[in-house]
Amino acid sequence: MSDLREKYLTLIAGASDEATLEDIRLQAVGKKGEVALKMRELGKMTPEERQVAGPALNALKDEINSALAAKKSALSDAALDERLRAEWLDVTLPGRERRQGTIHPISQVSEEVAAIFADMGFAVAEGPRIDTDWYNFDALNIPGHHPARAEMDTFYMHRAEGDDRPPHVLRTHTSPVQIRSMEAHGAPLRIICPGGVYRADYDQTHTPMFHQVEGLAIDKDISMANLKWVLEEFVKSFFEVDDVELRFRASHFPFTEPSAEVDIRCSWEGGALKVGEGDDWLEILGSGMVHPKVLQAGGIDPEVWQGFAFGMGIDRIAMLKYGIPDLRAFFDSDLRWLRHYGFSALDVPTLHGGLSR
Amino acid sequence: MKFTLSWLKEHLETTASVDEITYALTDLGLEVEGVENPAAKLSAFTLAKVKHAEQHPDADRLRVCTVETDEGDKQIVCGAPNAREGITVVLCKPGDYVPGIDVTLSVGKIRGVESHGMMASERELELSDEHNGIIELPSGEVGQSFADWLAENDPAKVDPVIEIAITPNRPDALGVRGIALDLAARGLGTMKPAKTAKIDGTFPCPISVTIAEDAATEGCEVFAGRLIKGVKNGPSPEWLQSRLRAIGLRPISALVDVTNFFTYDRNRPLHVFDAGKVAGGLTIQRTKGGETMVGLDEKEYTFAPGMVVISDDNGVESVGGIMGGLATGCTLETTDVFLEAAVWDRIQIAMTGRGLKINSDARYRNERGIDPAYNMQALDDATQMIMDLCGGEPSDVVVAGKVPDVSRAYKLDPARVISLVGMNIPEAEQRRTLEALGFRLEGDMAWVPSWRPDVLGEADLVEEVARIASLTKLQGEPMPRAHTGVPKPILTVAQRREQIARRTTAALGYNECVTYSFIDQAGAALFGGGTDATMVANPISSEMSHMRSNLLAGLLQAAARNQARGFMDLALFEVGAVFSGGEPGEQAVQVAGLLVGRTGPKDVHGAARAVDLFDAKADAEAVLSAIGAPAKTQVFRNGEAWWHPGRHGQVCLGPKKVLATFGELHPRVLEAMDVKGPAVAFTIAPAQVPEPKNKTATRPALVVSDLQAVERDFAFVVDNGVEALTLVNAAAGADKALIEGVRVFDEFTGDKAEAQMGAGKKSIAVTVRLQPVDKTLKDEDIEAVSKKIVEKVSKATGGTLRG
Repeated sequence: MSDLREKYLTLIAGASDEATLEDIRLQAVGKKGEVALKMRELGKMTPEERQVAGPALNALKDEINSALAAKKSALSDAALDERLRAEWLDVTLPGRERRQGTIHPISQVSEEVAAIFADMGFAVAEGPRIDTDWYNFDALNIPGHHPARAEMDTFYMHRAEGDDRPPHVLRTHTSPVQIRSMEAHGAPLRIICPGGVYRADYDQTHTPMFHQVEGLAIDKDISMANLKWVLEEFVKSFFEVDDVELRFRASHFPFTEPSAEVDIRCSWEGGALKVGEGDDWLEILGSGMVHPKVLQAGGIDPEVWQGFAFGMGIDRIAMLKYGIPDLRAFFDSDLRWLRHYGFSALDVPTLHGGLSR
Repeated sequence: MKFTLSWLKEHLETTASVDEITYALTDLGLEVEGVENPAAKLSAFTLAKVKHAEQHPDADRLRVCTVETDEGDKQIVCGAPNAREGITVVLCKPGDYVPGIDVTLSVGKIRGVESHGMMASERELELSDEHNGIIELPSGEVGQSFADWLAENDPAKVDPVIEIAITPNRPDALGVRGIALDLAARGLGTMKPAKTAKIDGTFPCPISVTIAEDAATEGCEVFAGRLIKGVKNGPSPEWLQSRLRAIGLRPISALVDVTNFFTYDRNRPLHVFDAGKVAGGLTIQRTKGGETMVGLDEKEYTFAPGMVVISDDNGVESVGGIMGGLATGCTLETTDVFLEAAVWDRIQIAMTGRGLKINSDARYRNERGIDPAYNMQALDDATQMIMDLCGGEPSDVVVAGKVPDVSRAYKLDPARVISLVGMNIPEAEQRRTLEALGFRLEGDMAWVPSWRPDVLGEADLVEEVARIASLTKLQGEPMPRAHTGVPKPILTVAQRREQIARRTTAALGYNECVTYSFIDQAGAALFGGGTDATMVANPISSEMSHMRSNLLAGLLQAAARNQARGFMDLALFEVGAVFSGGEPGEQAVQVAGLLVGRTGPKDVHGAARAVDLFDAKADAEAVLSAIGAPAKTQVFRNGEAWWHPGRHGQVCLGPKKVLATFGELHPRVLEAMDVKGPAVAFTIAPAQVPEPKNKTATRPALVVSDLQAVERDFAFVVDNGVEALTLVNAAAGADKALIEGVRVFDEFTGDKAEAQMGAGKKSIAVTVRLQPVDKTLKDEDIEAVSKKIVEKVSKATGGTLRG
């Protein structure tokens, strides 16, 4: 019996493939295999002999079976190893091309601005880009022949013959939305109005269309000091700096009184803007306390309500924050520019996650 | 507005430095745009004395001088004829930059003799055009700074010139005296009394003045003048010339320079006629249209009807308040001069000035507002100056109209000032400020000075007080939130949708563009626009003449520009306003995406292919789904003309409500836009997508079945014109409870298909997924529903099951 064991274990160990192994299995432990034949011989034995030979044969069968299983698994591992050795790919080849979309800086920055002001309770208001001259000028205390009208380089819409109304204008600022919002919602009111505006000007630093964001806060006791705080908070948050110094300079806008232009302390060292340090001042926006006539035009009683308004260029603050040199390129849709200055689709600016990465 | 420091000091007694003055001006709202300080470029030069001068050994015209300087005696070769012993000169040393010759000096050898610097002429230092010899100073010590010497002895030469920007509300600051008043109110000095003259005429004025009825309202308020006879016109004195030159004006003659002086000194435009050339009296009247006049700028102007002019018997002689006429202008030969001081209607000046396209100093000031109360005094002051400079004898004053009364008062509410500005400015300080600016306080009423047309209400008083107090000192004060607690969302549904549409499209691989809202007429017309209703009356160029009615025009132009740069495969999109008309509100937000070329560059996987309309459709559907459009929509054809007629679809809710359109662009449109195809696109109208009815965030419960779903495939032979969606809908309708979904997985068309199935036929194959709910499906159940599917499809499409 030990010969048998020796023989088959040797055969199994020497088997080189699964077919051979199967032959060995049939020959050894198959129905007509040698072990089975031996089993049949058990009947001819004495009970004593059987008591010894029976378990021994069963043990032999088990041993051969497990040797077969182990060999089979070893053979299949070897076969898999062999196959995997052959399955080689050049992983340095490029992956499947996937288009990478981008968000335009104007959209991104508009969302950044909205996120900041939303936290201070400002809603986002919108208005038509073609507007009446009343909303664009008169309601904002810019009467018919005010020099400011001529200075605004206004685009006018064509008027059909026989239509004697004053021509509509392409809004020269987002301020008409102030009036429309006051009419619609009354006071108290806190809104920002981002959007495109138009002026007939085209050179190195001017495009006939650009983007502004207007802010308006009206309540019973809002002061210019509140305006300064709101702008300080905005500038810190937008430019992502811990501290910033704002300078208010007296100025004039027909729709605010008093009016101030606002500068931020900055440095231009090495051509890069750093907000909050240095000795330069950068003018970023115009602001002031809403003129009583403007409140009246919006249907709000200036004896009861007061508030501030401000306006700044979205394209301009985008250029400053992200170091974009040329305004005209914003509207040229050059793929290289869109890819370089654009933002990822999932880079949604939030205050809790940060405005930029 | 330009002025010099010494001019300012004519009105303001001050010891403030230029830096202090410019800081205050900007802070007061008179923004300094530039300061030109001539002393700065002279800072290196010092005084020296010529101790000895002798002939150059090798040059007739040169002298070799021994010059005493602060660094000891130096040898300098000089070619000036006046270089001689004993004179005090201005020395430029080696290393100094000499502005007039644009040279940095070095020690040189002139014809073999060393020269250690130079002695300068006025021209070499850019002090004047004088170059006949070197500067000889009547006084001064060796080593003294030349700039200091000038400041002491000839201050006009080193007078700093300050330029400020004037906001339209501050005409008073268009005169040096007005600027001085602001600075004095700020505490930078005290005002000197204005020089006022009192002139008594010695004879009646022979020239009459009349304001015609048509110009009496909204034309000319008051027109005053007088004749000064026997004047001798000539160049004005050096002090006046240099003052005008310093601010960029060209001195002309004493008479004209006087009017320019008053323009800048007191914001008081005046005009002088050569009385000898005036025929008859002067009448202010409106033009009938077609009259012409040659102005002092020697250009001919033709008048439109209704412009206000000054005429004599010969016709129009002056555009009142804007520009005089050449024919009656003063020349050096003028002996009798008629001096005019008038107050014009500001709006009328603006309209006439704009109509004639004249931008003169007079128009600028008369349009913004002069001090009407100064009108008569100005006449005397200017008469005095003319008599001082040119002699002559004054007539009585003739006047037409009346100096307008602009007196008005507003209530000063000190508490309101504090509340609006947020600065604690004591009442006494508020009153002091206003008085310093020329307001007169009677109780709590502040009377506005006649030179401040901008002050028209209480708010303007607040501004004056705040401005003088300095907004730079304003401290920010937190503004509490309107509501306590976590801020609520602030975006509207439309705004959210716009944002989601934008970010979804970008996530699908499109690059966002922002293109101009106006495009050329031809481009607009290709997309249903370009009509007069959306035309800009004064476009900046013909490329930007019409408001866009569709974003695709701008995107196609952008694609063409990128293709010209060699980028052929593009995915561009824009979210923006499109205009259906020229009235406010005739605008809507559109989302447009454009795919051009291939899905990507040639690649090793062979995945890139030409874009087709199903790319555009899939993207449109993804965006629609993201903004909450219902899953079940219809697809119609018959979209607008810029789509390929057979290769586009409109995603609709009913026949009228078009949510989106997708498809291939019409080849003619691509050709016109110079875009090399293929090009497919989609446009979405977010406003057409119904707002969600469900206001709760809770989702309906998920219903899932544990029973095995079964899929069965069916291939139908149908006519070529049959649309897959019809077939799908028919199949899905066979058993709404059991059929979970129907998906097209194959379409077999073309010659081979027709060869197999007959002419005009194609095959569409669908997978139907059956999801049992209460019991497992048996073969006969499946058989039954299959039969119904085939029946429904046959009925709806006329198709048959493919054998």
